[in-house]
Amino acid sequence: MPYDTIDREVIEAAADLRAISTYSVGYEHIDLQCTKSRGILVGYTPDVLTRATADLAFALMLDVMRRVSEGDRLIRSGGWQQVFGPCDFLGTDLETKTVGILGPGRIGLSFAEKAQAFGMKVVYHGNGRLSERQERQAGIEHVSLNQLFSESDIVSLHIPHTKRTHDMVNRSLLAKMKRGAFIVNTSRGRVINQKDLVLALQNGDLAGAALDVFYDEPLGADSPLAKMENVVLTPHMGSSTKETRENMARLAVLNLKMAMAGRRPKCAV
Amino acid sequence: MDRVDGPLLDAAPRLKVISQLAVGLDNVDVAEATRRGIPVGYTPGVLAKATADVAFALLMSAARRISESERWVRDGQWTLAFHPLRWLGVDVHEKTLGIIGMGQIGLEMARRGRGFDMNIIYHSRSRRPDLEAEYGLVYVDLPTLLAESDFVSLHMPLTPETRHYIGEAELRQMKPTAILVNAARGPVVDSRALYTALKEGWIYAAGLDVTDPEPIPAADPLLTLENVVIAPHVGSASLASRGAMCMLAARNLIAGLEGNPLVRCANPEVYKA
Repeated sequence: MPYDTIDREVIEAAADLRAISTYSVGYEHIDLQCTKSRGILVGYTPDVLTRATADLAFALMLDVMRRVSEGDRLIRSGGWQQVFGPCDFLGTDLETKTVGILGPGRIGLSFAEKAQAFGMKVVYHGNGRLSERQERQAGIEHVSLNQLFSESDIVSLHIPHTKRTHDMVNRSLLAKMKRGAFIVNTSRGRVINQKDLVLALQNGDLAGAALDVFYDEPLGADSPLAKMENVVLTPHMGSSTKETRENMARLAVLNLKMAMAGRRPKCAV
Repeated sequence: MDRVDGPLLDAAPRLKVISQLAVGLDNVDVAEATRRGIPVGYTPGVLAKATADVAFALLMSAARRISESERWVRDGQWTLAFHPLRWLGVDVHEKTLGIIGMGQIGLEMARRGRGFDMNIIYHSRSRRPDLEAEYGLVYVDLPTLLAESDFVSLHMPLTPETRHYIGEAELRQMKPTAILVNAARGPVVDSRALYTALKEGWIYAAGLDVTDPEPIPAADPLLTLENVVIAPHVGSASLASRGAMCMLAARNLIAGLEGNPLVRCANPEVYKA
């Protein structure tokens, strides 16, 4: 499971370990140097969860921009007493806004596709560049990291959590964002410095955030985030649909079976 | 939400124009206004995308249980970091989106559905073969739409014919895994039947931007359910939409006061006198 830490200590304690099959596309919880040196095969579950995760990222963005969950909360607490006037409870339009995707991998590009159907402009930044053909096909434009944060109306994170990306989205990057901008994170909590994010939100430097992942999970009710109106918080459910979880399970089992038969897993890290 | 009908028009004998800040006209007796030679302005088009955005947001919130799980998190109930079978929602890709009412908002909804790899079927007062060709939409009759859709989204105006268009019979025809979205007008759905449908599992969930009545009273039984997400009628509530609506309504009003044809007139027959 993505919460199990399969580090050197665990691996060395399991002398006969031949294969690891993770029920996730993230594999930062597994010590790959150790598995490589011991010839242990590692399987993971890319592709089958791409759309479900991109769907949730997009849904979170829609929710925070148009204040859907906030509105539902208001209604359930008895706060909707009279019909709103024309300038009440306004949300932010999507059309003509710029989405900045950090990490143009499978999930990032699936997100880009949806953004375009909503009339949004898409820019990206990542470890490397896509080919010109890929950029043209996806209809997205490459920008520098600083430009991504300063030009986007929404930044959506689709990067793995590594030593390099740890705390990457910090005070310095957040300060570059527009005051009316939003940040969406369905990747890993620790790519954002959460304390810096909370401060930025409290100071009104950002319009809001939609987060499925957090620095520490579970997120408690005592977190400052849980007291804010302009954030949407979901309990790490990016890939959580019946069909997608079933497909992930089938793939995880297949990976394991193949590895146990001495073959490279269908999806090997 | 103000009623503009016979008695009000009686009280305003010098009224030259009515300018509605909305595209829905169910609160205006347009026929009566026409009889009295009063043009009625409204604001179609400029709010179509913003409204479709909210309709799709509700569809996704219901499908992926966003508002429901958010409540759970804020309430401090997230204690186990991860469980593979917790908070399972439904996927939208390759599912069927059934759109009832293929006007401008229905079309924007269809475009968004295509962006999510959905199959789009529709039922409407008039067929749109031009849109069918361009967007791959398939026209079906109502029973087929209800039986085959994984998501049903309502985009009709409220008229005497569409009142309680979706009632017990229609809800029973839908799949138990289906989600109903209403960003049109509250009374298009029989709310009591909807409550029963959600409680007994005739359908999976619902996303509503409009209710009957509005605001929805705090004691309404729908609010006791987990599988419904309700927004406070925010369909056109974005700066750009409201700005465009206000400008259009103002231009309609000025045109009417100056005796010129309105920019967007709901009853152009009023000029054929």
